[in-house]
Amino acid sequence: MTDVDHVRPVPDGTPQGVPSAGDAARLADLLHRAGLGDEAAFAEFYDATSARAYGLALRVVRNPAHAEEVAQEAYLDAWRSSTRYDRSKGSAAGWLLTIVHRKAVDRVRSVEAATARDETWNRETAPTEHDQTAEEAHASLDAARVRSAVATLTDVQRRAVELTYFGGYTHTEVATLLDVPLGTAKTRIRDGLIRLRDLMGVAS
Amino acid sequence: MSERMSDLHKLTGAYALDALDDLERARFEQHLAGCDDCRAEVAELRETAALLAGSVATPAPASLRDSVLAGISQVRPLPPEVPEQAPGSTHRGRRWMPFLVAAALALVLGVGAALTRPWVGDDAPRLTVAEQVLQAPDAQEVSVDLGEAGRATVVRSRSEDRAVIVTEDMVAAPDGKDYELWLQTPDEEMVPAGLMPDDPDQTVVLDGSAAEAIAVGITVEPDGGSEQPTSDPIALFDLTEGV
Repeated sequence: MTDVDHVRPVPDGTPQGVPSAGDAARLADLLHRAGLGDEAAFAEFYDATSARAYGLALRVVRNPAHAEEVAQEAYLDAWRSSTRYDRSKGSAAGWLLTIVHRKAVDRVRSVEAATARDETWNRETAPTEHDQTAEEAHASLDAARVRSAVATLTDVQRRAVELTYFGGYTHTEVATLLDVPLGTAKTRIRDGLIRLRDLMGVAS
Repeated sequence: MSERMSDLHKLTGAYALDALDDLERARFEQHLAGCDDCRAEVAELRETAALLAGSVATPAPASLRDSVLAGISQVRPLPPEVPEQAPGSTHRGRRWMPFLVAAALALVLGVGAALTRPWVGDDAPRLTVAEQVLQAPDAQEVSVDLGEAGRATVVRSRSEDRAVIVTEDMVAAPDGKDYELWLQTPDEEMVPAGLMPDDPDQTVVLDGSAAEAIAVGITVEPDGGSEQPTSDPIALFDLTEGV
């Protein structure tokens, strides 16, 4: 999965390519303006985040049409609750992607989508028409950084994190999939994430 | 519960990745409301998870941008939350008020609930419905132990044609979700039988005719409930056993 391009670990946890403070502040400002009803600001916020939001939804639900619905619902939720975003509690992108992930997971876990997930594995079908955004330019850099951090995880940690975050499985399901005790799955997910947090220099 | 606290702390990662089932999530959110360490850790781990999304970034179809921008032009952002609110009880209580008022008409609240809710108290004849079912000579009782999430018992009386659910120490539904009750017909169709208020201990009479029901189910549904169950039941009370 994400470890195919093995990149050497980031030296001594120095945060590299972490979205710059200016970038994060800009997104938070845009969201704040959106809360005041500024649609143009929200459009800008969309342009800066849509590749990640859509990519995450697609990775979890797999079906492009469903992914689009999930992302659309998430953005509408984000617009509606933009006044509730508190920048002291985290980044605007992180806030948005939390909404996207929650919706994507709800989608794959609902009875209706459970069948769809089994039937469709066509995420490689590239959309024919898409927006080119500046976000894409940063994406490969981010991806390399994430891959290098992920490469330092133990095999169980990595698979536990990937199966939960990208697969949308519960920790109980992950324990079964990886054939480890339930307590182990829970701990590996947390240990793995904490390691990634430290390597990628995430601070609250 | 207290000896399991250290276990709860370890759920921060699974919670941040939405890897808890609905009941575990509800339980953990209850814990989170009172645990600063876990809240801080969850925030950091969610931020970390969001960086993982950067590794799967995919250009979005142009139609998504169009539909998002068309959508927002028709919706006003919510007013800001004036006092800082934890995702805890005040929020929940407020959310449930409209439902409780409607419940006096649509959903018959049982004896235990009525004692502490004077605003449904003058609906005297209805109060006895739960009592009549519970005391009926043909009352049939099925309990389900939900583990950490509590315990629930369904009592059905064919002669009264009603079923009552009694919960003990039941964990509140996860944020943004409701517990919905269902009556399963002999041809295995699930018929909505009302929503459950968020109190841990309550007695609720299910909507609808229960004499022929083969089972009662509880599912976790989006706020306001659904016409059809959208997930597997968290509890299923088989009424065909022991008859």
